[in-house]
Amino acid sequence: MNALETRQLTLSYGEKNIIESLDLTIPRGKITVFIGSNGCGKSTLLRSLARLLKPKEGAILLDGSSIAKCSTKEVAKRLSILPQGPTAPEGLTVFQLVKQGRYPYQNWLQQWSEEDEKMVNKALEATQLSELAHRPVDSLSGGQRQRAWIAMTLAQGTETILLDEPTTYLDMSHQIEILDLLDELNQTEQRTIIMVLHDLNLACRYAHHIIAVHDQTVYAEGPPEEVMTEELVRTVFDMDCQITLDPLYDTPMCIPYSKNRLANIPRKKAEVI
Amino acid sequence: MRNYHALRTKKDLLSLHLHNKTLWVSVIFAFLTVIVAVISLGMGEMNIHPIDVVKVFLGMGSEQHALIVQQFRLPRIVIAILVGASLAAAGSIMQGIVRNPLAAPDILGISGGASVAAVAFLLWFETSSITWLPPIAFLGATLATLLLYVVAWKKGVTPFRLVLIGVGIKIAASAIVTVLIMFSPFMLQNKAVLWLTGSIYGVDWSDVIMILPWSAGLILLAGLLGRRVNIQHLGDDIAVSVGSRLQIDRFLLLIICAALTGTAVSVGGEISFVALLAPHIAKQIIGPSFGGVLVVSTFIGSIIMLVADLIGRVAFAPVDVPVGVFTSAVGAPFFIYLLYKNRNR
Repeated sequence: MNALETRQLTLSYGEKNIIESLDLTIPRGKITVFIGSNGCGKSTLLRSLARLLKPKEGAILLDGSSIAKCSTKEVAKRLSILPQGPTAPEGLTVFQLVKQGRYPYQNWLQQWSEEDEKMVNKALEATQLSELAHRPVDSLSGGQRQRAWIAMTLAQGTETILLDEPTTYLDMSHQIEILDLLDELNQTEQRTIIMVLHDLNLACRYAHHIIAVHDQTVYAEGPPEEVMTEELVRTVFDMDCQITLDPLYDTPMCIPYSKNRLANIPRKKAEVI
Repeated sequence: MRNYHALRTKKDLLSLHLHNKTLWVSVIFAFLTVIVAVISLGMGEMNIHPIDVVKVFLGMGSEQHALIVQQFRLPRIVIAILVGASLAAAGSIMQGIVRNPLAAPDILGISGGASVAAVAFLLWFETSSITWLPPIAFLGATLATLLLYVVAWKKGVTPFRLVLIGVGIKIAASAIVTVLIMFSPFMLQNKAVLWLTGSIYGVDWSDVIMILPWSAGLILLAGLLGRRVNIQHLGDDIAVSVGSRLQIDRFLLLIICAALTGTAVSVGGEISFVALLAPHIAKQIIGPSFGGVLVVSTFIGSIIMLVADLIGRVAFAPVDVPVGVFTSAVGAPFFIYLLYKNRNR
């Protein structure tokens, strides 16, 4: 069965439709990456999948049943989302943050069960934050901070994890660190990971399934090798490029043309123009 | 984990997680509150040594001491504690759900709303029972809160938008109060003005009985809803993601905040900046986690009120200076500092 599905989904901000009548299925146990230009609606789509945005029309199905009809706490046990650029209150420690991922399992009487403790410790270990657990989140580096937020979503113990641009504002080594962590979660625990990424080459390297969003709908979807073409990049990103293979991973790699710079490389000039 | 203490019954039917530092900080501040209260009980027109005050409570003091301490001074001390605790709790909730260090019920005009309702009640229903004052003030506070919420909310709230609109509501409220007082009989004017300046002068046990259930009940309720405040502190998206019913919770918490403000205003009038100061001091000591902030800030709020009241009673005797004057003297500069510190947010 698919992890998530949309049926005739229409999303809008006010009068303007962002996504129109979309039928989409997202495979279970895989890493799915949304790509698209700025403002194409990929973040909006991701947010609606996690019920942060109400659809104008249509439905979202989680494990086959409509997400709007489930109690929000029940959904929170199966699906979590890390939105873009979350901020923690001043002075909140990593541990206090990660602990709050257990919210859907707690009530007035049960505020810290053994299961809670186990899951929080596991999340801290998986993100290598055990040592930093009692440091304030705002004292950490960008990469550590993002790991702390991911640890919180891990503590939530959901099968499906959505992330909106989890690598934005991070330098290259921290981007790889975060993506490796997510990849490992997918491989060792078969969690379904759905995220928005801006870097096409990293998207191709880590995704099993790529969904290109363009013009209020899905322009193309499938494995990176099939989806990533020069034609797609031209249409979706309005940019000319050359697709080659990543020398390390053999996944597609997109090298964009920039007309001015190219003109200065005599060796290539003849080939391209 | 050594920083925390887990309390569990069998099969996790009841489980709690306590922050060790918060625990001992709470105990220290509870102790401080008692000490300040005992000192304050001993001071006044006739000074009584703190040890003699303690003796009175142990049933070993002289009759004269017992009369002064228990009948004359104790009600006022208890009121100071209750008002300080209520204001601090209201401020803690407000700062948590609005995610804004400048948020406090007196700055945002919620106390103002409570004042309008209370003054109107005092003037128009002069013969009615005074026990109606807390619920009436609560009603006014709630209306002001709703107004603030509707006008200021625009996909969240920026600090300055909130403060600007709050200040607007506050000014409007004080204008209405002025008009109300102008068009009322002279006799009642004095009563309303004295009440408004933020004074706990002349309270007795009936006032204590009037607000004790409200203060205690609401602070307890706020404590039970602590997890919901914490999760809102992480932002709307995260709160929904972990399964919080955001709008319902936020509305409920705002109502509790308004009710606490109304309770404090109904007996003390408008006492500024306690609701802002107390949670801030608490956060500096134990961090932003709500349960701890609530407990520690209620003690700090009580201590601020006790000290301000003590200075007001003793320093300029026989003139009894309203507590509100002293809380403002400390709070206003601090508020300006906060505005400056958050200018880029």
